[in-house]
Amino acid sequence: MDIFKIVGIGLIATVLAVVLKNQKPEISMQVSVVTGLIIFIMIVTKLSSVLEVFKSVAQKIDIDLIYISTIFKIVGIAYVAEFGAQICRDAGEGAIASKVEFAGKVLIMVLATPILLALLNLILKLMP
Amino acid sequence: MNISVDLIFKIAAIGILVAVLNQILLRSGREEQAMMTSLVGIIVVLFMVIQLISTFFTTVKTMFQLY
Repeated sequence: MDIFKIVGIGLIATVLAVVLKNQKPEISMQVSVVTGLIIFIMIVTKLSSVLEVFKSVAQKIDIDLIYISTIFKIVGIAYVAEFGAQICRDAGEGAIASKVEFAGKVLIMVLATPILLALLNLILKLMP
Repeated sequence: MNISVDLIFKIAAIGILVAVLNQILLRSGREEQAMMTSLVGIIVVLFMVIQLISTFFTTVKTMFQLY
């Protein structure tokens, strides 16, 4: 099963990162970054099949595609922002990590506002 | 996508090599060369990591339609 391969890679990479920690902390940080990227790229093919299922279900219920793609965008932004913030926090840079998270939140807000407006308009229309 | 696991081992090997070289140069009294070798090691590893990060970003972009 894939999970064993991934846990194996994670453990080996952690050992290598710890070995390099006191001599070369910058290279050990890059080992952890590369491990995270490799594990994500291995898993992403499975994620795409799940996303396809969501899209087909949405088409069946004929929900407007703009909402589903906005949800996908928001999930993507949230994931990438969290990934970057976690790496910065591992390297000990809490300030940079919080800035990255803040930027991610702002971008998600920007994406979410049109949907909020559509919802508000709908509610106003329903009001007597 | 030639994303393979031995990239991790390659980077770790470079890191260990640079650390050892650093110690040798320090012991033999050449501090500035030790500094240079560690910088070169970091830059080489950075090239590999940046190439992988660009692949990661294009994957996420196509996955979540984040154009």
